[in-house]
Amino acid sequence: MKNDLVLRVVGKLLIPFILLFALYVQFHGDFGPGGGFQAGVIFASGIIFYALIFGLANARKLMPDWLVESLLASGVLIYAGVGIAGLLLGGNYLDYFVLDSDPVHGQHRGIFWVEAGVAITVCGVMLKIFYMFASRANFDARTDD
Amino acid sequence: MLSQFSHLSYVITVFLMIAGLFIVIARGNLIKKLIGLSVFQTSVYLLYLAPGKLLGGTAPILSAQFTVYSNPLPHVLILTAIVVGVATLALGLALAVRIREAYGSIEEDEILAKDNAFENLQEKHA
Amino acid sequence: MSLEQHLPALQVILPLVSAPLAVLLRHGGFAFAIVTAGSWAAFAIAIGLWLQIGTIDGGIISYQIGSWAPPWGIEYRVDRLASFVLVLVSGIAALVLPWSRASITREIPEDLHYLYYAMFALCLAGLLGITITGDAFNIFVFLEISSLATYVLIALGRDRRALAAAFQYLIMGSIGATFIVIGIGFLYLMTGTLNLADMAIRLRDVESTRSVLAALAFLTVGISLKMALFPLHQWLPNAYTYAPSAVTAFLAATATKVSVYVLIRFYYSVFGDSLVFDQLPLPQIMLWLSLIAMFAASAIAISQDNLKRLFAYSSVGQIGYITLGLSFGSINGLTASIVHLFNHGIAKGAIFLLIGGIVAVTTHRGGAPAALTFDRLAGLSKRMPLTCFGIVISGLSLIGVPGTAGFISKWFLIVAALEQGQYWLVGAILTSSLLAVAYVWRFVEAAYFRSPASPEKIDSPAVNPENEAKKPIAAEAPLSLLVPAWLLVGATIWFGLDTSFTVGSALEAAQQLLGTGK
Repeated sequence: MKNDLVLRVVGKLLIPFILLFALYVQFHGDFGPGGGFQAGVIFASGIIFYALIFGLANARKLMPDWLVESLLASGVLIYAGVGIAGLLLGGNYLDYFVLDSDPVHGQHRGIFWVEAGVAITVCGVMLKIFYMFASRANFDARTDD
Repeated sequence: MLSQFSHLSYVITVFLMIAGLFIVIARGNLIKKLIGLSVFQTSVYLLYLAPGKLLGGTAPILSAQFTVYSNPLPHVLILTAIVVGVATLALGLALAVRIREAYGSIEEDEILAKDNAFENLQEKHA
Repeated sequence: MSLEQHLPALQVILPLVSAPLAVLLRHGGFAFAIVTAGSWAAFAIAIGLWLQIGTIDGGIISYQIGSWAPPWGIEYRVDRLASFVLVLVSGIAALVLPWSRASITREIPEDLHYLYYAMFALCLAGLLGITITGDAFNIFVFLEISSLATYVLIALGRDRRALAAAFQYLIMGSIGATFIVIGIGFLYLMTGTLNLADMAIRLRDVESTRSVLAALAFLTVGISLKMALFPLHQWLPNAYTYAPSAVTAFLAATATKVSVYVLIRFYYSVFGDSLVFDQLPLPQIMLWLSLIAMFAASAIAISQDNLKRLFAYSSVGQIGYITLGLSFGSINGLTASIVHLFNHGIAKGAIFLLIGGIVAVTTHRGGAPAALTFDRLAGLSKRMPLTCFGIVISGLSLIGVPGTAGFISKWFLIVAALEQGQYWLVGAILTSSLLAVAYVWRFVEAAYFRSPASPEKIDSPAVNPENEAKKPIAAEAPLSLLVPAWLLVGATIWFGLDTSFTVGSALEAAQQLLGTGK
């Protein structure tokens, strides 16, 4: 598809905005629809859009396999880490109240990092699923891409 | 007549539930089974969300002018359920791809026939 | 921060965190080390919790996740029943993980080993989470975590039929889980809360409404699907037969047992035994389904030619005993269920671990799968004496011979039947035990009384790979595979003679559950 001019130009225009929108959705989850899962999916869809237009090999150069698997695992570890931080600071598991001297700010911090972990994991999962399915497309007739 | 409309979401829920279950049971194509499963799970989302909206309730963001807020808890629960549904669908599709590569078909009766033929072959050789 | 007060959270966190760490490390050996360490820690914590409950008044440990008081927050609630199941699940995992190292080198490709350990850790964390949580939706979340991990684990089997088995289990298991979530949804809509203890209190006001009865129905069917209660057991034989040996052993010992735990938890701690057992014909339905399971599944088991499939159908039959105990609704019946939950877990775990030893001895690395038919097993006792003897002893536990753990559960079942005056049930229980004798005898007859297959002139598998399946079984299983299996066999005998742990916990759990009913 990378020989199609319209797709190339539109893709290069839109993809940065898609990624930016993902970050917007991530941070505004407190006040509007949004949050970690949605942001992760939108970010991954930006990369998948790039892969559809410019080919899986180029997308793999951008986000290699080891990076995607590491994202997957790190997000879960960040989430668990927030919980263990609450444990170490004197509260129960996943206690956000103790994360700051002011309990309300502690809640903000806890939710921020937890949503960040969720977004990272979801982005990794969506990309991994796409890579797995797309790389098996060689099974049937190969189209020129 | 109006009361029937207020129950509309529940009627749709039941319809989707039965439709989804029927597709899973009645169709032999693996992909169609997964689609039926998704439809079935979607009906559950509606089951949780519809009662969450209170009559006259507004979005659950604190504000001075409103006293009645819709219930945000079902939305959080369903977000989790949607993620679970996506993961199940992804896993099911991955298995369908592997089955296609191993058997050459994604129709359940053809897969069963190949298995039986293989077992008969094994019995003949043993 | 004192460790003891955070044990409930750590019980789930330690296995759960070991899974992404295993994925990050991406090396089979490191993944094995981390996940095994996590499971041993989980076992230690489970024992710690079991001991802790003995020291507390009222026998319930309550832990607030996030320091939010229930019912607003999620509560982890450990009572005697939960701690008993925790010890079983974490103990089996702690035994199967070191065992699986030698087994999966032969059954799973090398580059997938770290994924196997990660999925195992997730499955373990999910099962522990189901047992320990006191929040209804949390049960569903952990149930799906463990179920999805289970589908992946089953699909790792070498035989291509493992893929079809995993798919069938996925479809049926997801339907079951969705039924459970529908039931939880109805309960939430009627009571406004998700915390199990709070739900029980609020259900008193709305008990006889149709929605609550519908919730009970959906939950029962959903959990029966997960628990493989006849006739919803169709996924179990294929899943157990074609999965890798370590996976079969772990699942046979834990997955269905945790689903039984969920059923007991909902029936006694949420709905209350008076609603479930007095107002509805549930005991009769469960009685008949259990009897059919006990007889039909055991009869099908007798006619099987594949050893793993035979014991898979035996599992379906044994679940029938557990639900039979439940259908009585009395303290002795409930105690029988809980005790048999444990005893069957260790007996089946031992059998499948020993069968895994037989599979390991007959396969080279990356070899083709070969079914363990009775022709291939002829004369096995000459070459694998310890393995066969272990299977025989565990089989005796399945039958219920005095001196093994299975006898204790049958004893309580018979006592429960007698105290309700159902003498014909006593006859039914004894008759179905005879069916168990029949299928265990099939193995004994093949292994001890048939002469081994004559060594044909066949080329070695290196020359002609097809001969892999024809290769006669050569030697006893390696020590790393025998020791954990025999630990479980020893446990079967130990808990048949010293019942203070099993019966003591079960009796205490039953009294706690029936005491908190209406």
